[in-house]
Amino acid sequence: MNIRRIALISVPYLWLLALFMVPFLIVFKISLSDIALAIPPYTPTLDISGGWTEVRSFFSQLDFENFEFLATDDLYWKSYLSSLKIAFISTFICLLVGFPIAYGMANAPKEWQPTLMLLVILPFWTSFLIRVYSLIGILSQEGMLNQFLMWIGLIGEPLTILNTNIAVYIGIVYTYCPFMILPIYATLIKLDGSLLEAAEDLGCSRTEAFWRITVPLSKAGIIAGCFLVFIPALGEFVIPSLLGGSDTLMIGKVLYEEFFANRDWPVAGAVAVILLLILIVPIVLYQRNEQKIMEAEK
Amino acid sequence: MLRTKSCTFLAAVVLTAQAGWAQEVRVYNWSDYIDEDLLAQFEEETGLELIYDVFDSNEVLETKLLAGGSGYDVVVPSATFLQRQISAGAFQKLDKSKLSNIGNLWDVVEARTETYDPGGEYSINYMWGTTGIGVNVGRVTEILGEDAPIGSLDLIFNPENMAKLAECGVHFLDAPTELIPAALQYIGEDPDSKDEDVLALAEPILTAVRPYVQKYHSSEYISALANGDICVAFGWSGDILQSRDRAAEADNGVEIAYNAPVEGALMWFDQMAIPVDAPNPEGAHAFLDFILDAEVAATASNYVYYANGNLASQPLLVEDVIGDLAIYPDEATLETLYTTTPYDARAQRFVTRMWTRIKSGT
Repeated sequence: MNIRRIALISVPYLWLLALFMVPFLIVFKISLSDIALAIPPYTPTLDISGGWTEVRSFFSQLDFENFEFLATDDLYWKSYLSSLKIAFISTFICLLVGFPIAYGMANAPKEWQPTLMLLVILPFWTSFLIRVYSLIGILSQEGMLNQFLMWIGLIGEPLTILNTNIAVYIGIVYTYCPFMILPIYATLIKLDGSLLEAAEDLGCSRTEAFWRITVPLSKAGIIAGCFLVFIPALGEFVIPSLLGGSDTLMIGKVLYEEFFANRDWPVAGAVAVILLLILIVPIVLYQRNEQKIMEAEK
Repeated sequence: MLRTKSCTFLAAVVLTAQAGWAQEVRVYNWSDYIDEDLLAQFEEETGLELIYDVFDSNEVLETKLLAGGSGYDVVVPSATFLQRQISAGAFQKLDKSKLSNIGNLWDVVEARTETYDPGGEYSINYMWGTTGIGVNVGRVTEILGEDAPIGSLDLIFNPENMAKLAECGVHFLDAPTELIPAALQYIGEDPDSKDEDVLALAEPILTAVRPYVQKYHSSEYISALANGDICVAFGWSGDILQSRDRAAEADNGVEIAYNAPVEGALMWFDQMAIPVDAPNPEGAHAFLDFILDAEVAATASNYVYYANGNLASQPLLVEDVIGDLAIYPDEATLETLYTTTPYDARAQRFVTRMWTRIKSGT
């Protein structure tokens, strides 16, 4: 019985080990290496056949030089900050757009809900890349958006949207909104309607009931949605490189330059490790905080 | 019953896939760089299945090669990149006994590619060209007057000219290895310099015209120029000539001209080579030999408007290609062309960083 339990519990840990820890350790190891003109383009590479001395010399060659290098150039922290800003604002807009949609879906007649759900998921049936490319057509100078705005008379001449940060925001919000809508919808649909009725019976206005009951009870969905949008948006490469301008600074583009232009995998590794820390540390802190609150409630 | 059927089907798929492995040749070439009819012709002549992928930057190709296991049998890096990749051990030596057409190569080109690949042990020349300026003649003369310096780097590196041209759109290649040598050449420095102090001199030139550059991109200008969306592009000779051809075909009133700058232009060579871990080196040699064929090389050049390194193909070239000084420059122009060699890791980092600073201001 015990063995079965252990086996069951170990599944998520094995999953984490194979798909998170091992890749992370490989990247971390590369970040401690030095650039080389070879295949693969870094040294040292581990050769276990050489025995213990080989392994020891392997470890002695690793150092934190690349991390020190990142501190010497302001490009890196500026890119991290700019990515954080873009990811943060996009997540916020997604929440503003996504919550009402999820709320509307959850309160729609039961027979409509599968259709509405399908409408949210439907865009995923088209390749992500094709959807971003079609945004180029929509946002360009002669694009549909400009033509529409000019047709309704809102603007006199076409706006430059493509190749600016605004296009990046539009791209990210458009692409990741479903990831915000679905978890919020999942929590809202489970919301016990009698709670709202009870609140109204006790003299709570509908708006107040929304803020005091619906929002707190959908907190889990909101947080899950925010993480699902924020994390991929932070490291996004395709959207800024296709829709952004050459002055759009994002860490994904910096990573690309390190890999492709400089062929410097070790520095690219260091950039990736720090990106991961930026993501992991707040999540761990949040988790701890939640635990403390839960324990306090007990 | 159904299960047995699908099992047999699966087995059949696996078997064909395995059998197919040896019959496939995977080629990774630049975008818009071949007459697609030639691909079908190769399949027909050799019975091999050709898988043809494209890229638009040397950097992408290099990263795939250095990561190892790219899965390609033939790749087409530019000679400067090739040289570095040879020293990284990315290629296998050519078996010249399998290249019956190797005698077709042109010694004028071979003498120059010798610097990058001594003895031509690893590569054959596919195409070569210059990096220069493409203009929409009508628009540019309308803005700058009849005596607009369309054949000079002054057009794109003089902020006064660029400020006026910005309204009709200017594209630059997104390639520091092209722009920085050009900027150095413009101010009379050594375009092949690896000295950081000299390289740094290119930065103010490129930064000064940065506000007027609509986009840094290495392939979009072909259609943008042809459509009349932009009026100036600093790009590769054949690409601009292709765009000239497309505009002429579309008959949209756009007239495109290409000029290698009078100050001197970068001359580059795209070389076909076989990765060290190519799954099908036999097929790769067959493909190289096919490309070396005089008729094939001529068809390719007639289509892409680039000069090739194949002497035997020259009588078969159309007058539009062989007679065009922008494609096959005369002796006097050849004299002004310069070549560059690869940056080492340190200079490369310096150049990339400078490029990011130029483009993003950070």
